[in-house]
Amino acid sequence: MAENILHTEKLTMQFGGVVALYNLTIDVNEGEIVALIGPNGAGKTTAFNCITGVYEPTYGSVSFCGQTIVSNHPQGKMKKLYLGEKGKEKLKRITPTPDRITKLGIARTFQNIRLFDSLTVFENVLVAKHMRAKQNVLTATLRLNWREEKRAVEESMALLEEQDLLQYKDDLASSLPYGLQRRLEISRALATEPKLLLLDEPAAGMNPQETQELAEFIVKIKNKYDLTVFMIEHHMDLVMQISDRIYVLDFGKLIAHGTPSEVQRNQRVIDAYLGVADDA
Amino acid sequence: MNEKNRNINGVITPTEKANIFSNSLGFIKKNWIGFTLLASLYAIILVLEQVLPVSSMLFVVLKKGAIYALVAVSMNLCNGFTGLFSLGQAGFMLIGAYIYGIFTIPLEARAAVYQYFDGGIINFTVPVPVALIMAGLAAALFAYLIGLPVLRLKSDYLAIATLGFAEIIRAFFQWDKLGPVTNGSNLLRRFPVFSSTLYPFVVSSICITIIVLLINSSYGRAFKAIRDDEVAAEAMGINLAKHKQLSFTISSFFAGVGGALLAMYQTTVQAAPFKAAMTYEILLIVVIGGIGSVTGSVLSSFLFIACSEWWLRFLDSETYIGSFRIPLLASGFRKVVFSIIIMIIVLFYSQGIMGTNEISIDALLRFFKKLFRKGSKEEAT
Repeated sequence: MAENILHTEKLTMQFGGVVALYNLTIDVNEGEIVALIGPNGAGKTTAFNCITGVYEPTYGSVSFCGQTIVSNHPQGKMKKLYLGEKGKEKLKRITPTPDRITKLGIARTFQNIRLFDSLTVFENVLVAKHMRAKQNVLTATLRLNWREEKRAVEESMALLEEQDLLQYKDDLASSLPYGLQRRLEISRALATEPKLLLLDEPAAGMNPQETQELAEFIVKIKNKYDLTVFMIEHHMDLVMQISDRIYVLDFGKLIAHGTPSEVQRNQRVIDAYLGVADDA
Repeated sequence: MNEKNRNINGVITPTEKANIFSNSLGFIKKNWIGFTLLASLYAIILVLEQVLPVSSMLFVVLKKGAIYALVAVSMNLCNGFTGLFSLGQAGFMLIGAYIYGIFTIPLEARAAVYQYFDGGIINFTVPVPVALIMAGLAAALFAYLIGLPVLRLKSDYLAIATLGFAEIIRAFFQWDKLGPVTNGSNLLRRFPVFSSTLYPFVVSSICITIIVLLINSSYGRAFKAIRDDEVAAEAMGINLAKHKQLSFTISSFFAGVGGALLAMYQTTVQAAPFKAAMTYEILLIVVIGGIGSVTGSVLSSFLFIACSEWWLRFLDSETYIGSFRIPLLASGFRKVVFSIIIMIIVLFYSQGIMGTNEISIDALLRFFKKLFRKGSKEEAT
């Protein structure tokens, strides 16, 4: 059994009265491709946002490589409801900003592509190298960090070359066609040197052929960069083809989990996707 | 791996020393045209000062334009490159101007300047360059403190909050209880000023060069990333709070230096003129020049100052042709015309003169090449 890389414990996210995510407990092991699926509004992206620090979860914790990186519980009236007997104890809250989680080695892409539109393709990748460079604003301004800068440039060039984006190097990111923008976003995430890559609907808006290429691409980068991939996806062929395990969410709750063939046969999953007849 | 180890230990081997040397040499080599242009600009100003009478309006425009160029570029760093819509510029300029004035008034002049406050309580002076840097640092310190709460706000709210703080700073410096330091609401005067037009040019060009270096550095890219998409920037490991604070503080540092230069230009300092209206003037320069373009800001600040101080002055004075008085030309009409120009720019040229483009030597060369090619093509047909 490979080592556990990501673990969420009873992750809950409540927006006012809406419980978008309820007691989500999942495990992702090193070297796996794990998919998170579910109908629209099931809370998949919310789960990603909780893991990457965009939202502070209402309750629950996330650990990465055995280290707790996010942990939260409600304050005041709701505390006892969520924590039960433990409500009297003083528990530690850890709510880091997304940049710190990225620094730990979790990179992500977004459902609706979020590139830096006014920067070139090359600069988009170079920005991701910023946080790893040993520099401060003074050395950067006076170019005393040229060693770091040179390395960042070289690494970014190498990455672009591997991803076949080198020819678009000096184009504005916003001028790329849709498929390439997707690939650039993944490349940019790779530039942060992650251990775990979270992909939020990487195949959204792609035709079957592009989806097939994407499947190969994901497997390729996974092997090449020693990654673990955790992805949200709606294209079932893609999910069934490349993922080792699948988690199924519906209305914020985990309804099934297992290998692709197990999930395909699961009655609750079929009900969630196709609906249950009234007379059944 | 070896390379990395050396980085950590900070040991510089002879080959690397040579590398650093060739690197800086390369920088000069790469930018020699820019340096030559700058040097020739200085030379032209020196020649002009010999040729033209001192009272020529050209010098007013050049001096004030250079100062406003610095302030506009510093505002552009914050508003245009980091996407923080801050309107505190006048406040930070005021701090710079006051700090410069307070610490450079000669000791023998203090009794006269601080006549209502027994000569003030500060009994030392510092050299002018030190005072300029102190002016920047004081503005940066204030900006840092203001930034702690204010930079959590976004867009319009940030603008309102910074505008408010700028007004608070203005009121604070006029406070009577602070009179022994700031001279209350009275003038600060008799501090050293510059006589040559070259002075503000040199200081401004040094500061703008530093800002440009910053914008083109790794941090500059991070700032632009924040401007384009905060969520994505954060997901790329850029610490939003830290980088916003940095940009805001550095921008204010140079606004402070600009304020000190303005004090030197005006020869007196009073808190009253550093109103929101001044911030709007600078904002206008930035918008006209193009938000996110340094050369645009520089260009438009000279244009703006030339228009407001020189070319459009005639609109303010009553003019007669023979005995016929031209209608509308009266005191204040200049501002009306100015407002109309601004409206036209905002409505039809919202990108400003330059948009986010820059005038660089490469761009100029490319432009001329294109022009040349076009010309030869037309000849051929």
